[in-house]
Amino acid sequence: MLRFILRRLLQMVLAFFGTTLIVYALMFAGQGDPIQALAGERPVTAAQRAYLTEKYHLDATGIGGFFYRYFNYLGGLLRGDLGQSLTGRQIGDILAAAWPVTVKLALIAMAVTILVGVTAGVIAGIRRAGVFDHATLVLTLLVLGIPTIVLAPLAQYFLGVRWPIFPPTAGAQPSLWALLLPGIVLGSLSLATALRLTRTSVSENLRADYVRTARAKGLVRRRIVGVHVLRNSLIPVVTFLGVELGNLMSGAIITEGVFNIPGVGFNLFRGIRTEDGPLVVGIVSVLVVVYLLSNLVVDVLYAVLDPRIRYE
Amino acid sequence: MRVRRLAAWTALPLAVTLGLAACGSGGGSGGASDPDAAVRIEIAEPQHLVPTNTNETSGSQVLSALFSPLVDYDEANKPHEVAAEKVTSSDNKVWTIKLKPGYTFHNGEKVTADNYVDAWNYGAYAPNGQNSSYFFEKIAGYDDLQGETPKAKTLSGLKKVDDLTFTVTLTEPYVDFKTMLGYTAFYPLPKAAFSAPGVLADGYEQAPIGQGPFKMKGNWQHDAKVEVEKYDAFPGQQPKVGGVEFRIYQQPTAAYADVLSDNLDVIKTIPTENLSTAATDLGDRFQQSPASSLQVLAFPTFQKEFAKPEVRKAISMAIDRDEITKSIFKDSQQPARSFVSPVVAGYRENTIGTAGSFDPAKAKAMYEAAGGPKKIELSYNGDGGHKDWIDATCNQLKTNLGVDCVGTAEPKFADLLTKLKQKQSVGLFRMGWVMDYPSMENYLGPLYSTNGSSNYYGYSNPEFDKLLAEGARAATEDEAVKKYQAAEDLLAQDMPVIPLRYGQNNFGHSTKVKNVHVDLFDRVDLLKIERA
Repeated sequence: MLRFILRRLLQMVLAFFGTTLIVYALMFAGQGDPIQALAGERPVTAAQRAYLTEKYHLDATGIGGFFYRYFNYLGGLLRGDLGQSLTGRQIGDILAAAWPVTVKLALIAMAVTILVGVTAGVIAGIRRAGVFDHATLVLTLLVLGIPTIVLAPLAQYFLGVRWPIFPPTAGAQPSLWALLLPGIVLGSLSLATALRLTRTSVSENLRADYVRTARAKGLVRRRIVGVHVLRNSLIPVVTFLGVELGNLMSGAIITEGVFNIPGVGFNLFRGIRTEDGPLVVGIVSVLVVVYLLSNLVVDVLYAVLDPRIRYE
Repeated sequence: MRVRRLAAWTALPLAVTLGLAACGSGGGSGGASDPDAAVRIEIAEPQHLVPTNTNETSGSQVLSALFSPLVDYDEANKPHEVAAEKVTSSDNKVWTIKLKPGYTFHNGEKVTADNYVDAWNYGAYAPNGQNSSYFFEKIAGYDDLQGETPKAKTLSGLKKVDDLTFTVTLTEPYVDFKTMLGYTAFYPLPKAAFSAPGVLADGYEQAPIGQGPFKMKGNWQHDAKVEVEKYDAFPGQQPKVGGVEFRIYQQPTAAYADVLSDNLDVIKTIPTENLSTAATDLGDRFQQSPASSLQVLAFPTFQKEFAKPEVRKAISMAIDRDEITKSIFKDSQQPARSFVSPVVAGYRENTIGTAGSFDPAKAKAMYEAAGGPKKIELSYNGDGGHKDWIDATCNQLKTNLGVDCVGTAEPKFADLLTKLKQKQSVGLFRMGWVMDYPSMENYLGPLYSTNGSSNYYGYSNPEFDKLLAEGARAATEDEAVKKYQAAEDLLAQDMPVIPLRYGQNNFGHSTKVKNVHVDLFDRVDLLKIERA
């Protein structure tokens, strides 16, 4: 098991350098005039331009300039310095402020997904073709069909403004209550997927040979479902949830914007809008690490759930 | 056994969530009826909170609480003294600024002439890279502070006379200098703002110390809020609220939802998608006031097909401004037929004359006689919500001029400007202008003079440049206005741009505040606002 984890860790280092290189190259290529973007529609004075150009090595262009800036950036990164955003703030500070609230939001979304999605999925799987099954199928179809960009403002308007059950926005230091609505909205998409995945998996496993054997042995239904079926059915669900955790961290762009939560997605969106290259690359680099880590956790869980996967 | 372990995994995230949430709570909304409680105003994350580095509305809204300007503008948008006792000049070249006694910075320092001189020198010194540096370019010695290694560190035009008096010598006489002094860049900085002469202290921007009616309450909490509270030793007019919480929003729709449910007190700009329902949502808490912005369609006059003024006038005449303002903008903007905004002294209605009256038949005849191009392209930045009116304008040009018209979106305005600088063909393009200080010159000089900082049209008219220079050198403001008006008349003949719409502040407030005013600079008047 230890060697398995070690090997995965080494793969992570390679993946990290590969992805940051790609992200950096994309940002470098897509950059128009970041100084002008920062100034909006106002003219930029020559002095201001010269100052920013020098500070961010923006005069280093072409292939040579790209590698110069990339290695400069990597060097800082290895020293734990994410650099400064174009507005002069330390990206490390920005992330330190943004991270906790996004993690909270993602965990709420995750909890909602697991509690509601997996539970409902198991019930729907056991009572296949029943009323509950059909109802959840229709509901999930609906949720999967509505993009977050529509769902989030709708939820905000109806549950926050029209019938003020939840506060309409959460802010920077939100209470659990304020984060619940955005958490549900954020989790709804993965909830629907998790539900359907669990349902299919459970209903398939219920018809498997080993279940028939267990039944023939006279085992109680609760034990059959709880131990034998669930354990085998959860493998695909855990895979999905692990990857989804990374998604939830970065995919909160829309939700965080609508509910005014200054998290990672909020800052990423601003970085992209203002062509703040250093900020975007900084956030994405950290997100890459989150993805890699959550993938690692999935693989390890896999190996725990099914020893056959522990290929050595 | 195994089942239990599995259950633990599912329970873990939930437990962590609850734990984290418990740590983070306590930031909820406070009580409702405390008269000294802060009012909550929506802003975006400021870029900077140093006066000479702040040129966007969110930052200047915060600074307007922390600082008191030398001059402010009255109902007619004429300057009057606030922190200054007197701003005088006999020749419009050497200006004497006498400060009112009794002003102190929030750390107790007395405000003296030095504080102004130091702050302005810091702002003008090019290596400091301040955004509003160009505001000092009219002061003598500015050129010596430019370049990578400037010749001087201080402006030769700034001289301290005594503790409360200093003089400003300009390179050229400039009649509107007093008006300029109301701009954010001209606030003073305390000694505490500098760690060494000319070097701004590291933490200053996180908790700026000013001499205004409010002082910082804690630090600037990035992306979350900036809180200020009443400064009791402020000698000027005291505000009617105990403090202000400037709450930072990334999207105006979120702020709008908060105003609807009384979670936020003022939204300065109601998002376009909510404009049609704002009057029913908010009732008389939905308000409008004039703003200084001007939207135009500009011509690259260096291109042959748009070189003739008749072509430009015909296009202007083929656009039904009133219709677009009403159907697309729901009257949130006003149709424009002059090159300056109604908010400045010297504005005259309808200076573009017949070119501003919608007359399709005449427009088509004129366009064909002048040999206008068969195909027109309208370029705009796709990130600013301009698509609807550009498309509507295109449709009108198609119908009324019988030409082929397409709207071309550039991702950002900056991309459009880059193309224009390289003189690439973009067709007509949209431009917007927001004034820095209320003066006709601010609407004309930067935009249309030959070396104007925002002259992207390649427009050059020596006569226009001359009139503008004469206006700036005029002895009185009234004389200056006459020169500026003559210059505007030249623009009306040449039509380098088509004025389309004047902006308007569309703002709303909660049931918990009253007396909400939004000024020409998109700032809430913090001295007038009251709790209801």
